[in-house]
Amino acid sequence: MAAPIAVELAKKQRAISIAEFFEKNRQILGFDSAPRSLLTAVKEAVDNALDACEEASILPDILVSIEDAGGDNVTLIVEDNGPGIVNEQIPKIFAKLLYGSRFHSIKQSRGQQGIGISAAVLYSQLTTGKPTRIISKIDRDKPAHFCKLVINTSTNEPEILEEKEVEWDRPRGTRVEMEMKAAYIKGRRQSVVEYLKSTAIVNTHARLTLVEPDGNTIVFDRATDLLPEPAQEILPHPEGIELGTLIKMLRYTDRQKLAPFLRYSFSRIGLHTAEEICKAAHLDPDTEPPNISLEDAKKLIGAFKKVKIMAPPTDCLSPITESLIYKGLEKEYSVDFIATVTRPASVHSGHPFLVEAGIAYGGSLGKEDRVAILRFANRVPLMYQQGGCAITHSIENIRWKNYSINQPGGSIPAGPAVIVVHVASTHIPFTSESKDAVADVPEIMNEVELALKEVARKLKMYLSKQVSLSKRREKEEIIKKLLPRIAQKVSQVVEKPMPDITPIVAKIMGNLLVYRTVSKNGDGYLVDILIKNYSSANMTINLHDTHQYPIRDAKPDPKVISLGKDTDYIWKLDVRSSSNLTIQYHLPFVSEDEVNSLPSLIVEGVDEAMVNGAKAIRGYVD
Amino acid sequence: MNTLRQQRDKLAKKALLGIVDGFYQQLDDQNIPTLMLPTRTKNNIEYNDESEVWVYGDKESERSAKTVKGARQILKMSYTAELLIKEHLENNRGSTLRELYYISENWDIAKFNEQPESDRMIEDLEIVTSLQREDFHMRPEEDGATIFGDLRLKETTKRGERIIHCRNDVGEGGYQIPFSVDNVEFLDHDAKFIVAIETGGMYARLIENGFDEEHNAILVHLKGQPARSTRRTLKRLNEEMNLPVVVFTDSDPWSYRIFASVAYGAIKSAHMSEYMATPAARFIGVQPSDIVEYDLSTDKLTDQDIKALRSELSDPRFDSEYWKTQIKLQLDIGKKAEQQAFAGKGLDFVTQRYLPERLTEMGII
Repeated sequence: MAAPIAVELAKKQRAISIAEFFEKNRQILGFDSAPRSLLTAVKEAVDNALDACEEASILPDILVSIEDAGGDNVTLIVEDNGPGIVNEQIPKIFAKLLYGSRFHSIKQSRGQQGIGISAAVLYSQLTTGKPTRIISKIDRDKPAHFCKLVINTSTNEPEILEEKEVEWDRPRGTRVEMEMKAAYIKGRRQSVVEYLKSTAIVNTHARLTLVEPDGNTIVFDRATDLLPEPAQEILPHPEGIELGTLIKMLRYTDRQKLAPFLRYSFSRIGLHTAEEICKAAHLDPDTEPPNISLEDAKKLIGAFKKVKIMAPPTDCLSPITESLIYKGLEKEYSVDFIATVTRPASVHSGHPFLVEAGIAYGGSLGKEDRVAILRFANRVPLMYQQGGCAITHSIENIRWKNYSINQPGGSIPAGPAVIVVHVASTHIPFTSESKDAVADVPEIMNEVELALKEVARKLKMYLSKQVSLSKRREKEEIIKKLLPRIAQKVSQVVEKPMPDITPIVAKIMGNLLVYRTVSKNGDGYLVDILIKNYSSANMTINLHDTHQYPIRDAKPDPKVISLGKDTDYIWKLDVRSSSNLTIQYHLPFVSEDEVNSLPSLIVEGVDEAMVNGAKAIRGYVD
Repeated sequence: MNTLRQQRDKLAKKALLGIVDGFYQQLDDQNIPTLMLPTRTKNNIEYNDESEVWVYGDKESERSAKTVKGARQILKMSYTAELLIKEHLENNRGSTLRELYYISENWDIAKFNEQPESDRMIEDLEIVTSLQREDFHMRPEEDGATIFGDLRLKETTKRGERIIHCRNDVGEGGYQIPFSVDNVEFLDHDAKFIVAIETGGMYARLIENGFDEEHNAILVHLKGQPARSTRRTLKRLNEEMNLPVVVFTDSDPWSYRIFASVAYGAIKSAHMSEYMATPAARFIGVQPSDIVEYDLSTDKLTDQDIKALRSELSDPRFDSEYWKTQIKLQLDIGKKAEQQAFAGKGLDFVTQRYLPERLTEMGII
């Protein structure tokens, strides 16, 4: 009798090594095209270097060097001044997938799964057959450790081909060198240069140096010597915990009773809250956690939602801060205006997160182009899948026209601007393993929109101020330069005396015009004062005409105050917007010289900049 | 003659002074200096039934010293008027359009930034005064075009009068039209029609092939977009000598505009249309339909070409069944052809077949 078919099939069934899996599916991790493979490898190495430096409180100084290795291959070297790696750990970190220190901790960090750099090693090995060369030094006084590594893809275990002690000029740090099938390109967004530039904007404490294949060196210098506030590790928050995770935690906890288990396994659960949860779940606080059934676990999840629990602590997040995003943009772009914001922390599915945004405007940025969008997740630039990212979708959701910015087709706005958005979280919900785009989580999108609206409002204020400033400048140019020249030239051509342009200046500026003319009248002169209000406001003023001559037949009558030798004639006037008034009086027995050297009229109650044809003094007119 | 010229100068001076005095009066009356000019775009040209040409319509735009741009223009106009009055008209001198641009270098904030700006200023003054730039003693830079054929004329120059036959007394290039066409008097001819030709290559081909003698044609080389003097010459030959005019250009949107400026007037100088346009002029080719019919070698239309063709569809000068059909056909086939494309059929093809066929079709021979 033949064996059951299942027995036959069982002979072929075996575990698949994770390394074998990625060998066949390397595009999932971002190793597809030649340019992208290089960018992914640089990104993984630089992320690790930055994380290592920050954990050791060292200001990062990172060198990325790319050399032509002949054929379609390049050699990538990344050096950092971090704490280094102890000898025993080097093989596992670089040549074992899913090995790392951060997967199990809940705090904001760049890398998480421990796939990145080992995937780059794997890619290098697959495309060139060559091992990766590591140098690491952990102490100034000890020699550096060198080793050549490959990954055994069927066991996902490292194989050391050679190791020895070497001299290395750095006091501490790690150097990784790998050859891979890849291409170095420039001149587009998805390139090593742009990636490092973006990294420099949000990591203002890091110095990044790039040596290009042609030997050209580009340095992205730091803008601050202060390390970012380190992110704290936290316990999981009950909100958003999944049933399976909870059951696993219950089964493996060291706690003997349910209430203490809750209190010491989750953040934001204290003595009182733990009891409330037990009560809401109708469970005895003294139950042994492994004895909690599936049904009871479901009740616990339900109780988490019923009982009011504080939002998770936010010290697990490390924002870049408003001022450093400002400095980062300032040093990498030459622009006229920058606004930045850091939003308060918020929560999605129990994971704390916060959003920061910045907008840089004007200067040398292209006026017609779509704005450049720089997306960041936990300080790491996101280079691909812009169109599929929650950050982009949030930008598209905003009506930029309300903020004086063009938005052709209602999608990404256009104009001389760069938009920066940083999402920091203990758990960034990416759309895929290659970590290119943030998933459309409503809480995150909402915060991104609020952050962008805040910087957009500031930009709008700046722009409207620019418009009124330029209108003002335009008017000044007309009244100070052009009109006087026109008056001069036309009177020259027609050979007539130059006209007084004061009334026209008042008209153009939208000011109050006070204009005195005199004409011969019998033995004396007739004085006419025209008051015209070209502004949009009604004005109440005191008009002072102060001189030593007696006046007659004044219409209307002024208030007369003797000032010794001189007399102050005062008219209190209400001049409504776009209306005019006239004052008339006789000056008997004055000579032509005297009438032509009357002192200026003085207006009281209006700002100096608002009057033409008279002096202005401050004063209250009731 | 002299007194006539003096009278014209006096008239021009009065007109220019009038403009400046207008600004002066506005200033003196406490008003912001302002000048109204017809809007010079294709949306503001109208067909004049009487003269059968396109002239400016009623739309006016305001130049006002309320804006920096307007104030600059008014200042520049005042400087220019001063130059024309005091240097040109009062001293009986003149300068070219290019010289005007350089003269303005000394005008400080009133200087012109580029020559097209000073050229436009002279056109503005023509429009406002209803005079022509020659009246201000302004000379164009460009050479007038050339004429070849059985035409006798008398030209008055500084060295006296001269009688010239445009085939027997000239070299292979033909007779050069002076910029001041009104100093030329046409005496007699033995021609049946005029062919105005866009390119020098085709003009030379027709002369070499003896087309003018064989068909009693007068050939005029337009040299691309024709100068005013060329257009004025065509108009005068058409009206005074009673000669039909056909225009022969490449088959592309820019060439159609050459035809339109000959026949209907240019948008930029529609104020001169009645003086310079030849409404009786007809387009002989190269037509888009010729590209298809004669299977000419072609180039692809560029994006610029396509844009220009579309713009012509909304240009009132091309608002006829004939032009709409031809332009739409061209957009359909996406091709353009040069006059020289006929050379692909042999050097005599254009004079032996194409032109005689088209001229017969048009009822000219």
